[in-house]
Amino acid sequence: MQASHLTKPKQEPISKKYKVLKADDMNKCIGCYSCMLACARIVHGDYSPNKSAIQIETRDGHKMVANICRGCFDPPCADACPTDALLPRTGGGVRYHADQCMGCGNCVKACSAQVIRWNSEEKRPIVCIQCGTCTQFCPHNVLSMEVRE
Amino acid sequence: MAMKFSGYDAILIHGHAQVPTYLSIQPHKIEFKNAEALRGLSAEETGRLLSQMEEDAGIDLGIMSNIRIGQAGERLIRYASVVVDTYRHFGRLGMGAVMGSKNLKGIVVHGNQFYPIKENKKEYQKLYRDLYKRITETEVMEKYHTLGTPANILSLNAMKALPTRNLQQAQFEEAENISGENFAKITLIRKIACSGCPIGCIHLGLHRRQFSDGYDFESTVLSYDYELIFALGSFLGLSDPNDIYALIERVELHGLDAMSTGVILGWIAEAYEKKLISEKETETPVAFGEKDGFLKIISGIVEQSNEFYKTLASGSYAAAQKYGGVDFAMNYCKNEMAGYHTGYANLLGMAVGARHSHLDNAGYSIDQGLSEFDKEKIVDMLLEEEKERNVLNCLVICLFSRKIYDMKTVSECLNAVGISMSVEDLKTLGEKIFNLKVAIKKKMGFNYKKITFPKRFFETECLNGKLHEQMAHELLDLYIEKAGI
Repeated sequence: MQASHLTKPKQEPISKKYKVLKADDMNKCIGCYSCMLACARIVHGDYSPNKSAIQIETRDGHKMVANICRGCFDPPCADACPTDALLPRTGGGVRYHADQCMGCGNCVKACSAQVIRWNSEEKRPIVCIQCGTCTQFCPHNVLSMEVRE
Repeated sequence: MAMKFSGYDAILIHGHAQVPTYLSIQPHKIEFKNAEALRGLSAEETGRLLSQMEEDAGIDLGIMSNIRIGQAGERLIRYASVVVDTYRHFGRLGMGAVMGSKNLKGIVVHGNQFYPIKENKKEYQKLYRDLYKRITETEVMEKYHTLGTPANILSLNAMKALPTRNLQQAQFEEAENISGENFAKITLIRKIACSGCPIGCIHLGLHRRQFSDGYDFESTVLSYDYELIFALGSFLGLSDPNDIYALIERVELHGLDAMSTGVILGWIAEAYEKKLISEKETETPVAFGEKDGFLKIISGIVEQSNEFYKTLASGSYAAAQKYGGVDFAMNYCKNEMAGYHTGYANLLGMAVGARHSHLDNAGYSIDQGLSEFDKEKIVDMLLEEEKERNVLNCLVICLFSRKIYDMKTVSECLNAVGISMSVEDLKTLGEKIFNLKVAIKKKMGFNYKKITFPKRFFETECLNGKLHEQMAHELLDLYIEKAGI
């Protein structure tokens, strides 16, 4: 398993500014789940917020927290992927090539922030691709895309 | 939302359990579990433990939701509420007592399924985006995501429609203190939303009070809305937000309907003042504007400590039948009034609405919009509104957003998820539901012709001047005729 990741291309060529998702203003979050629904609906083609790579949770009834991909520069999930379905992305985070995924679930275990969810029906991870769709549906601009050079 | 993603559209519970029980619903597994340890616990603690117990059982929680009752539901108080998740309720009409009668302390739903978008993908995405924009970027929903429903306090007060001191007045001289503006200014800590709704109308306030010398403080976060401030504020002559919060908290923990409880307390305060009842019944002095007596009475209702409190478990109508004061026991067909004294449309609407709720047909809103009194128009508008709301309620569309979801939009939404229904089909459905509800009410013994109104409604001047009992009955007759019931 370790051998395969040594041979995969480490990074894609830099062609534009890369951005990663940030949730720095969570005190302004109203917990509406619009971001989760947007990720599920637009990125993953599903009505259910379970199919979202961003997860908002409530703590103590009125404190909101966001479990999001932290856009690692050296992502442990990609390291753990034996088939190069997950490749490090320039600027942080990963690119996901579903056709290469064999459904081992190593990425879920490897994620140090524990935010990759598992689609047990299809045996595939629900991966954030840092597309920023969720930020467009945040009514209080809690979510943003941070530019990384 | 959790229920939809657990794979169920509706839940019917037959019969009752022998011991305290809670229901755990997963996509392919329904379990009745022992809830002995939750017996007698508050709605808040029950909610916390239900989540904890399910998590400990190792269930994939998903979008988890739970509903539960407090002590009021267990004791079958007829206006016991059901608390939904943290800050929402099935408040009115005693669903808490229904659950209590089944020995059902709570229901936990695990919405952990997926639901792939298969049909009309493009239309669905476009319609969602359009609706999202209309809801967040236009003024249609502004009231709800700014001051929220308590914006009504000052506006209703200004138009002589804010029930005060058991409706002896329709204006409260201290309305400024209990206004949405003042609640926001001195207590609001944040707003939150129901799942999937970007409006965020739930206003959370900080209730902070000192419990002993030496700077010892306790604080709780409570949600406030117009109806709570009316029922546990102006209706009881209370003008300090902290006093109102103390009552809201007590009602919340016991799992009582705030509106019915407040209106019953109003009757008690006046009956006590008029010496129809005394400390022998209430076990505490009680007066408008004094929080402490009301707090003790709320606990008395739940503890059921004497005959008076046992009678109160059935509401203000039953209590007034026994102790007197029928003319000022402010209920419509045994359901305590809502916070509007606007005119005939409200009066008739609450009396004939299927749930005797101001939300059945929004008479209070019709009263505010009519340029001149018109019997036919009032009846027609009430009927049309109730039928349309039947459809909205079936689709679980929040009534706050009714101005977004007109029948044309509802039809477009249904079509976008592959359900073909025209505006005409929806109207027919609304009519069908209306007739079904009327039939059920009649079958259960409700007689529209025997509706009566407490005299107080005709004594206190409202937005549309003084109302007359004879006119109310004329309207009722016209309604019965036009509705064909």
